Amino acid sequence: MSTATPSTLREGWSVIGRGIRGQPRWFGLAVVGSVVYGIMTSLTAAAIGFVVDRAVTPAIAARSVTAGQLWFIGGVMSAVVLTTILGVIGRRLAGGVAMFNLGAMYRRQVTRQYLRLPLSWHHKHPSGQLLSNANADVEATWNIFGPLPMALGVVVMLVFGVLQMLIVDPWLAVVGLTVFPMLFVANIAFQRAMSPRVTRAQQLRADVSEVAHESFEAALIVKSLGREDHEAERFRAVTHELRDANIEVGRTRGRFDPAIEAIPTIGTLAVLFVGTLRVRSGLLSPAEVVQIAYLFSILAFPVRALGWVLAELPRAVVGWKRISAVLDAEGSMAYGPRRLPTGTASHLQAESLSYAYEIETEQGDADLNPAVVDVSLDIAPGSTVALVGPTGSGKSTLTNLMMRLVDPDTGAVLVDGIDLRQVRQGGVSEVAALVAQQTFMFDDSVRGNITLGLDHDDDAVWRSLDVAQGAGFVGDLRDGLDTHVGERGASLSGGQRQRIALARAVIREPQLLILDDATSAVDPSVEQAILSRLREASTGTTVLVVAYRMATILLADEVVYLEEGRVIDHGSHEQLLSRCVGYERLVTAYARESAERDAIAADEEVSR
Amino acid sequence: MSMRGQPIVEHHGIASGTEMSTWATLKRGFVLSPELKKGIWVTVALAVLSTLGRVLVPFVVQRITDEGLLADGGPDLGSVAMYIGVALGGVVVTAFSAYFVNIRLFQASENGLATLRTKAFRHIHDLAMLTQNTERRGSLVSRVTSDVDTISTFVQFGGLMLLINVAQITLATVLMVVYSPLLGLVVWVCFVPLFVIIRKFQGIVGRAYTRVRERVGDMLGAVSEAVVGAQAIRAYGVEERTAQRIDAAVEAHRKAAIGAQARSVIAFTSGQLVSGMTTAVVLVVGTVLAARGSLTLGELLAFLFLVNLFTQPVQQATEILNEMQNAVAGWRRVIGIIDTEADVADPGDRGVTLPRGPITVQFNGVGFAYPGGDPVLHDIDLTIAPRSRVAIVGETGSGKSTLAKLLTRLMDPTTGTVQLDGVDLDSIRFSTLRSRVVLVPQEGFLFDGTLLDNVRFGRPEATEDDVRLTLTELGLDPWVATLPLGLATDVGQRGESLSAGERQLVALARAYLADPDLLVLDEATSAVDPSTEVRLQRALDSLTRGRTSIAIAHRLSTAQAADEVIVVDAGRIVERGHHTDLVRLGGVYAGLHDSWVAQQTTV
Ligand SMILES: Nc1ncnc2c1ncn2[C@@H]1O[C@H](COP(=O)(O)OP(=O)(O)OP(=O)(O)O)[C@@H](O)[C@H]1O
Ligand SMILES: Nc1ncnc2c1ncn2[C@@H]1O[C@H](COP(=O)(O)OP(=O)(O)OP(=O)(O)O)[C@@H](O)[C@H]1O
Ligand SMILES: [Mg+2]
Ligand SMILES: [Mg+2]
Repeated sequence: MSTATPSTLREGWSVIGRGIRGQPRWFGLAVVGSVVYGIMTSLTAAAIGFVVDRAVTPAIAARSVTAGQLWFIGGVMSAVVLTTILGVIGRRLAGGVAMFNLGAMYRRQVTRQYLRLPLSWHHKHPSGQLLSNANADVEATWNIFGPLPMALGVVVMLVFGVLQMLIVDPWLAVVGLTVFPMLFVANIAFQRAMSPRVTRAQQLRADVSEVAHESFEAALIVKSLGREDHEAERFRAVTHELRDANIEVGRTRGRFDPAIEAIPTIGTLAVLFVGTLRVRSGLLSPAEVVQIAYLFSILAFPVRALGWVLAELPRAVVGWKRISAVLDAEGSMAYGPRRLPTGTASHLQAESLSYAYEIETEQGDADLNPAVVDVSLDIAPGSTVALVGPTGSGKSTLTNLMMRLVDPDTGAVLVDGIDLRQVRQGGVSEVAALVAQQTFMFDDSVRGNITLGLDHDDDAVWRSLDVAQGAGFVGDLRDGLDTHVGERGASLSGGQRQRIALARAVIREPQLLILDDATSAVDPSVEQAILSRLREASTGTTVLVVAYRMATILLADEVVYLEEGRVIDHGSHEQLLSRCVGYERLVTAYARESAERDAIAADEEVSR
Repeated sequence: MSMRGQPIVEHHGIASGTEMSTWATLKRGFVLSPELKKGIWVTVALAVLSTLGRVLVPFVVQRITDEGLLADGGPDLGSVAMYIGVALGGVVVTAFSAYFVNIRLFQASENGLATLRTKAFRHIHDLAMLTQNTERRGSLVSRVTSDVDTISTFVQFGGLMLLINVAQITLATVLMVVYSPLLGLVVWVCFVPLFVIIRKFQGIVGRAYTRVRERVGDMLGAVSEAVVGAQAIRAYGVEERTAQRIDAAVEAHRKAAIGAQARSVIAFTSGQLVSGMTTAVVLVVGTVLAARGSLTLGELLAFLFLVNLFTQPVQQATEILNEMQNAVAGWRRVIGIIDTEADVADPGDRGVTLPRGPITVQFNGVGFAYPGGDPVLHDIDLTIAPRSRVAIVGETGSGKSTLAKLLTRLMDPTTGTVQLDGVDLDSIRFSTLRSRVVLVPQEGFLFDGTLLDNVRFGRPEATEDDVRLTLTELGLDPWVATLPLGLATDVGQRGESLSAGERQLVALARAYLADPDLLVLDEATSAVDPSTEVRLQRALDSLTRGRTSIAIAHRLSTAQAADEVIVVDAGRIVERGHHTDLVRLGGVYAGLHDSWVAQQTTV
């Protein structure tokens, strides 16, 4: 990230330009309001002079005042006041609308991008940082639209004033106008000093959000291990860094602010001094000098308003850089035009799939961690295949590939002969459903969590719950299907969440159903029931099920055994049991254990 | 502010402090951030100095024109130079004092706010688990981030300006009364309605800003869901629906923000209106007075200048008051959190410290209902002997996890008591409770960091060798060897760079390294493959000898290995005893076991 100043200014203008293009109407209205305000403010003194001239002085001279005169005074002044206020309302309200509209617009764009970018991108970006991008960074970018209309409006005043000065006395004007290059230089220096500091502060803001988000998500672990102090310490450290960075920003601002404020005053004094000299040499009348000095003091204010904008500029640029890093993020999946055929069970094929996760070595270099290696599968329509393998053998990675949550490095996944990469967006989830290993519940009602916005009537929802053996407990809930499950389903037990996730898949009547160890928190008796019901209910479904339980495996037509990302063997359960040692050891572990324990227990009983 | 009896999944479940008055909020805010007050009077003095400098300059300019430029007998260069010198002096004094004011304010406010942030953060962790659950995590994050940020602009500039404004208003009033008591009265009469309006609008603007803060919390909650649920959203192709949910939150925030802006604009412009109108009224009344001869034109014009001196700070003050309401809205939410009582609190120094050693667990007539829900545990009486290994089994939703959470005091029972070694759980100090009783919850969580750091999260003083030893004892070193960087492997956020089973292995090692006397495992190995699980089970069997361990499991292999099995059904303990006895009994457990066996045996 470059922080050189001329580029900050240029980038700043481009951010502003983007904003103006985003909200031209409201912004225009705000500028108009600001111009009206600017003109009326400079007219107020003139208006007072006008009524004093026309009404007050004559009244005093006449030692009596007429109602007409009083109405005149009141009328003119009210007109001025009301017009000024209209200008203020226009400027502030329209400016505010423009600012908040821009904020909303970019929050939508940023979050759309979160939804569009692939999972691999999400893995690399902590949630707290993304939260900060969508909130604090968007805010930092568009906050500049608060003072901006005001500043642009008073530019009109500035031009107006400068012209007047030039007409009165070009030389004096030139002396006065030297303040502009001074201001410019001061601002350049200011931007240069501010940019890196603001960048750091904004990054730390995101870091604070990241630590808070992670820590609050881990609240239960923190509690159960009694690590509150430790977490508070971690948060304190990053908060204090942010504090120091903000103080640095303040210090820089504190250094430049008074200087920038002093420059116009110094200009006024210079005008007065040179003016006095010129009056002495008879080149100028005192009244003209006074007029220019007056103009100058009036212009000091707009110059400050410009200063506010310039002070906000580095923050806006930094904010923009941070959100455009999200908006420009590459690597979103490309989709094709095709649809997957519907109406029959899917034919699922994997052709020498390989996938490796990108990891970082201790030295920070990129490295690869292969998780799936050269896997080929052919799953006939309507069949059930069990995927078995030890912990960390790549089963979930494979299921993710099958759903095209990630794209393989090499090889292809074909559904009914169509490469998933050629399928249009959303096309895979139309025919396939994945019940992931980790159930995710939306902060919604039970119904919302099952339908996920699809148009299903309550009967269908209950039927799917019935299949997933969840109808009983949902029926017992206070508000039935309308019960809110809380964030991540906090008000449900682990098994209840899994059943809702199962119902979510069942209701879609998928042609391809992938169950990734989706019943781990469900009682054995229930699991069996779910699987047999699924079997009955699903006439046209191809099922890929990650399982350890023998009963589940026995439901499968074929078993695929995975180890370290490779298919070691596949075939029927009996075949694998007889010829694949790893498989045999894995699936009979409980039975062996149980037998041993029974034997020990029997021994004990005998010896008793 | 107990959460009991409130609907459980209400958002903004934790107080936003809306009932707190502005004044009370400010006072409390200053108490919570004592740094804000430290050295404030020096800052005020400096600020007054810089204000005086600012006022001096226009005054001097006026003198220069009057006495220098327009002096009788041509411009007087000497006095012009002298006055310019004085003005430059003023500029320098202003600049320096303003510099120090800025620095001091930034330091005080940033220090104060950092303290506020850390206090709020700490308190959120102190809140009871159920209280934490009433609010979305994203929204909790906003309480320590953007809510605090809103306060900063006000404390950095607004607060001080307000003081200076009040001083200026007082000064202007005195001057006006000295000049013309009648006109002074006129000005104040004109402003009385404004003060009434401002007072009224303070409440309106304040509520509007509070809504904005709440909408920010909602928005972050919605965004957080989209980010954390990235996989589920993609698997179900519900990007569009999620986008709409976010859009709704963004839109609600936009509306609230514009609404607040509109209200503050009204409040501000009514100040301008009254100021402008006052000038008009003063002109009218002044003209009448002048026409009657009780005022000269010069005096009237001078008085108008004073009116300006009065209205300017009033206008600025209305502006700052709006800004203050914004700050107060953020402050309220932070204070709302800090002042929410931690229901399940640490007895602290009053508490009992348990000596180390195997723990006896006792439930006496324990019943529990989640807030606003029906009871899920009824009348539990249970004693678990020290050194015993107990398995809790039962159907989904029968209350096993609830039991575990009561046992580890993540929640307090609604009725009855839980005792460890005969001491009521709620009178045991957290420092001993949390180190002696450790729960591995059903929903595991790893921190973004290395495997090493995650394992020693529960005991940070543990060395790398300690960690290695633990992993070896648990038989996990072959697994660690397969990881790309061994102990230095980064587990990713929430542990997502590990497989689900691997995450559980880490969580288990983490709890084991913490070396508790009572280990409670809630489905701690549900995603681990059977042979690893069996190996782990054996390792734990021998390692936990001498401690008390309680395991909740659906896989009955765990129950089989336990000294005692406790069967929970619909919130009651229905059977307990040794595995073999329970199987023989032919009850609930026998049913569960039959189906388990059926699942394990080859046809
Ligand atoms: N995001 C990631 N980054 C790096 N490595 C990863 C990532 N996700 C998984 N891995 C690694 O890839 C391997 C396969 O993981 P995967 O989740 O597919 O295993 P699994 O077979 O589903 O295991 P489990 O039975 O525990 O669920 C593991 O060694 C894991 O550590
Ligand atoms: N935070 C909560 N708020 C309200 N109700 C809850 C909450 N947590 C759990 N429940 C309810 O309490 C009951 C018992 O839940 P608990 O988590 O103890 O079940 P469990 O026996 O652990 O089930 P599982 O085997 O599925 O994990 C369930 O009906 C559940 O819906
Ligand atoms: Mg997995
Ligand atoms: Mg549970």
